[in-house]
Amino acid sequence: MKQLHAVNNLCSNLYQVPNLETFRNNLANHGIDLTRKKCTTLQVNVGQLCNQSCRHCHLDAGPLRKEIMNENTASEVIKLAGRFRFEMIDITGGAPEMNPHITTLVSKLAPLTNTLILRSNLTAIAAEKQNGLLELLAGKRVAIIASLPSLNEAQSESQRGENTFAPSIRALRKLNALGYGLPDSDLELNLVCNPTGAFLPSSQEQVEKRFRQMLARKWGILFNNLYVFANVPLGRFLTWLEDSDNLESYILKLAAHFNPCTLEGLMCRSLISVSWDGYLFDCDFNQSLQLYMGNRRKHVSELQSLPGPGDTIAVSEHCYTCTAGSGFT
Amino acid sequence: MDTYYHPKDLPKFAEMSEGAPELAEKFFDYYSAVFAEGELTQREKSLIALAVAHAVQCPYCIDAYTQDCLEKGSNVNEMTEAIHVATAIRGGASLVHGVQMRNIADKISL
Repeated sequence: MKQLHAVNNLCSNLYQVPNLETFRNNLANHGIDLTRKKCTTLQVNVGQLCNQSCRHCHLDAGPLRKEIMNENTASEVIKLAGRFRFEMIDITGGAPEMNPHITTLVSKLAPLTNTLILRSNLTAIAAEKQNGLLELLAGKRVAIIASLPSLNEAQSESQRGENTFAPSIRALRKLNALGYGLPDSDLELNLVCNPTGAFLPSSQEQVEKRFRQMLARKWGILFNNLYVFANVPLGRFLTWLEDSDNLESYILKLAAHFNPCTLEGLMCRSLISVSWDGYLFDCDFNQSLQLYMGNRRKHVSELQSLPGPGDTIAVSEHCYTCTAGSGFT
Repeated sequence: MDTYYHPKDLPKFAEMSEGAPELAEKFFDYYSAVFAEGELTQREKSLIALAVAHAVQCPYCIDAYTQDCLEKGSNVNEMTEAIHVATAIRGGASLVHGVQMRNIADKISL
């Protein structure tokens, strides 16, 4: 298996695919210098433990993973959020709900930012053992970004695993019952829809319209916004692409859909990403490659100043995902 | 040439503009307009295209519109039903011509 975990393994391009221009060269060919803007968002990956093993996961998250943010690192993250004012703090995983310090993180980070987001796979957030978490999230006005790839059970479960669709629908209804996603409510519920295979996502506007109609009609579910994201060829998804002989066509398709207009809004330009063990990256995807921010392994406790306008961003060929079509939000 | 159809030929579709660029431009403009969002959604149009692709048995179109249907948010069950629609019409078209057979047979039979 050719699974790639470290930048040291790079050949001419990350995927060793003939005819694939490196992302860096592609930017140069377009006369683009991809650098940072003002840093406004802190993304915190609290660990790779997850109750699901989604086939598109770029981090190989799953039930057997031991990499979980501990109390000390969580405390350093909270200190960081106190030292610098972030407009947005974005908690992700794995399943963040499974981190034993999640309630502390939510409680202490919420007052330190304008918008606190929790990314959820839906089945973990509504699990019995999470008693009280939903109420805490609602109380702290935490926005929820939930994954729902398809309105079709078989198609959804082909990505997220067996017996995940019905619990996801139940979780959405539970969130609605708490006020999430309802008109005139300040509890925001946004959905994320990733393609269920080696193809690009549809128009965000059209998918959102269809999901809004169908979720309301079939299950009475409401939500605020829907975002479509292409799958990033890393981690478990990369393994599947290789095993199914889809890697070359998929990465070439992403590269062929390179859209310079996406560069202005790329999240890596305004975000720092902290890994479960407290190290700093330009985005969550770079964690999968151990592609450190500033190309230096730096711990959150060492960060004296935020990266600023003009600072470099670590890139590789997986970055074609965020620049394909209408891009990544 | 080991086969008449090759997947790598599909992206060469635009090369058909060579030789008759004005006609090709009209065709491709029309093609784009047909598949734009209208009274039918792009997803619905893609399902129709997939069904027609099977009716005309075009491997290029089947490849292109299988991917397009998935990218537009359709699932395999919906795509399979669309192909059954094409199959029903195609099969029905044969069967309904049996009426002509019966008319002729009636006319010349005792």
